[in-house]
Order: sequence, then structure tokens, then C-alpha cells
Amino acid sequence: MICIIDYGMGNIHSVKKALESFGVKTLVTSNPQDLEKADKIILPGVGAFDDAILGLKKKDLISNLIKHIENKKTILGICLGMQLLFEESQEAKDSRGLGILKGRIKKFDNNLSLKIPHIGWNQIKMVLKDCPLLKDIPDNSYVYFCHSYYPEPEDKNIIVTYTDYGLDFASVVWKDNIYGVQFHPEKSQAIGLKIIKNFISLC
Amino acid sequence: MLAKRIIPCLDIKDNRVVKGVRFVGLKDAGDPVEVAKLYEQEEADELVFLDITASFQQRKTLVELVEKIAKNIYMPFTVGGGIKDINDIRDLLNAGADKVSINTAAVKYPDLVNESARRFGSQCIVVAIDAKSIMDRGLRVERWQVYINGGRTSTDLDAVEWAKEVAWRGAGEILLTSMDQDGTKDGYDLDLTRAITEAVNIPVVASGGAGRPEHFYEVFVNTGADAALAASIFHYQQYTIREIKQYLKEKGIAVRI
Repeated sequence: MICIIDYGMGNIHSVKKALESFGVKTLVTSNPQDLEKADKIILPGVGAFDDAILGLKKKDLISNLIKHIENKKTILGICLGMQLLFEESQEAKDSRGLGILKGRIKKFDNNLSLKIPHIGWNQIKMVLKDCPLLKDIPDNSYVYFCHSYYPEPEDKNIIVTYTDYGLDFASVVWKDNIYGVQFHPEKSQAIGLKIIKNFISLC
Repeated sequence: MLAKRIIPCLDIKDNRVVKGVRFVGLKDAGDPVEVAKLYEQEEADELVFLDITASFQQRKTLVELVEKIAKNIYMPFTVGGGIKDINDIRDLLNAGADKVSINTAAVKYPDLVNESARRFGSQCIVVAIDAKSIMDRGLRVERWQVYINGGRTSTDLDAVEWAKEVAWRGAGEILLTSMDQDGTKDGYDLDLTRAITEAVNIPVVASGGAGRPEHFYEVFVNTGADAALAASIFHYQQYTIREIKQYLKEKGIAVRI
């Protein structure tokens, strides 16, 4: 069973239905007790960093998430859900991230004459070839992004793919049992579904 | 590289797709879910649903329709038409829409843009601008005027100034329709689209006038448009989305193909 954490941040139905299209049992939950029973966890999310941390705190999910991740339960963070796994964000005024991954979340630089948010289909360039989440995904595949902030991991070795938007930012990260994607696999048609299928197959 | 998006637009009335959808081989060409699935197979980059239902009672069923669509496709989609307040926005996002497009309500209550962007994030708030040119005495375009209520009511807003304002208020994207070009199949309004894309720092979707593959090329090469929206060119299957994308790719435009 895969737990999808519901902490009041945006649409989780699409993640759920993508998982269920492969016949996987899912549980949308905000109850920390449910994490115990889960084989894997997905932390989705769109919206603001502070609100998200507040939402997790209210449900007593922060310490519980950290505990389970440290106990090697496999987790996938999607978009904001991935950003929350890092230590801090330029978007946050009065909260810190879970700090499970070292590094920070930065805003795209206005001076690069970029349009913000970064919305649309962009490519993932693989720098780490053996990440099981991207098994059989061709290099330079297009996936769907929708965000204004991006992760800057301290340890560059956890970066699986880069995406070019004014600069090369980390679009997939992987450390042991922790996976994070800045894009939305649940909105990325065939390629996205394949990534979700790979996540389901992880042991 | 960020790809230019090709977006089919579907008009919905009383939960049915209207305005000339002539898909062959579809069980029910008026069923929004069936049409959406077909566009997904064709690898549309996104879908826009515009609800043109008039009555309040019927609008309530829109939320159910959005739920149904969301269950059946794996790509981003935007829902617009008749959104009045933050509760409408919340209901549509909760039902599975990725973005909502607001037009008249944004003009009448500009704070709705700020409030909804703050609450749901800029990335899901699209402001639709319907613009029509105003000529000077020499019959050159002097400026563009904003229209609301589906193009029926003029306002005193200047389209470029209004675009700047909604961007400043937190809109994540602008859906820009040229009323002069809409339905002509003569191509997008390049001057208007250029004027708006130069004025703001958020993505702009060009709309109105697509009739041939060249029109998509022109709008991407001559303006800063990030996406091009079209209706009839796809609905009548004059061109498939793949054909348009293939054409653009051969001309050196970055598309997802």
C-alpha cells in the first residue's frame, strides 16, 4: 500500500489515480499512524512552502515523516513535496524544511529575464544513469513543470537529472530511499506514468 | 529546453462539447471526456475547457464534469468560464483542474487575482484577456481595449496595462485572445501578442486566429508567446496536433514530440 500524504496542499487526486491505474492500493491520509502500514510514501503538493510546513505540523506529520524516512521507508516527493525534504527555502518566511536532504530551495532569478513561474514541458538531462526511478526513461525526455522555486542540493552526487531554465537546476534527486522530482509525473502523460510505475516497482 | 505548448480549447455547454467538433471515430464527439482522451493520445501539451453554460443550476454540474475529466487524463488542464469568486476557484481545483482561468471576475474584482494567487499559488491562476484593437485616425492600431462577458461588454481598460496589473497581482499566466482575429483563421494577432509578452514576465498563451501550421510558427518566432491555443483547426481535424508539432520541429521550434 502506498500512502499519499494529504496535508491540505493542492490536488492529490491525479497522483492517486495514476498509482491506481497500475492496480496499486493507495491511501490518502493525514494520519501519522497510517505511515506505519505503508510500503511507500508519496509527498505531493503545490502552493506555498510556509503553508505546507504549517499543514504538516498541524497533523503532526513532520517528526513522523522524518522517523519513517530514517527507517528507510521509500518516499517520493513531488514538486513542493520534494522541496519540503530540504533544509530551507527562500520562499519561507518563518519555517524550515524537513532537512532530510541537505541544501536549500531557491527562486528563479528575475535578472535572467526568465518568465516565472516555469510552466510547461521541459527536458530532463541525466547525469546519473542508474537511478531506478528513471529506469527505461530516455535521456532528454519531456516532463511537465509548474514552479517558481528549485532545489539546490549541497551534495551534487544526489542529482539524477538537470533541467535547463536559464540555469541548470536539479529536477530529479535521489539518495538511498529518498526520491524527489521537481516536475509532475502525474501530469506528464506516458513518460510520467512510466516514472510512477518505476516508483511502484522499487523495493 | 522549455517547449512551446500547443493547446486545444474546448467549449463546454451543459456538460457537452459544442462548437463544431467533428471527430470521426469517436463514440460520442460531444462527450468532453472522450474528446479529452483523444487529445491526450495526440499528445496535446495541455487542454483548456471553457464553460459557456449560462444558468447557475447547470454550472453546478461543471464541478462533476471536471472530476470526470481529471480521472481520465494525465496532462494539465485549465477550466474557465463564469468563475465568480474564490469558492468557484476552490471547487474547480479540488475537483482536479490544474489551473482556472478568470476573466470578467478579475476585471470586476481585481483583488480576486491577489487572493486566489495567495491562497492556491500563482501557478494555477490564469487571467484571460479578450482584447480588441482601437484605430487612430490614420487607421493604425493605437491600442487594445479589454472586453468582458464573453466579448459582449467593453471596458475602459487598456490590454497592455491590464496585463501588467494582473501579473503584478499574482496571475501565473495570461490567456490572451485577439477578438479581431478570433474565428478568422488568418493567424494570431502578432502585434497584440508581442505588446503583451514584452510587457509582462509571466507566460502568455496566444489565442484567436489559428488556421494553418504557419500561424503557429509566426506567433512563436515573432512574439514571446509560450503557448498557442486553437479550437476549430483541431476540432475539424484539418490538422492534427502532431502535424502542427512536426511542422514546427522542422522549422526549428522547440516542441515536445
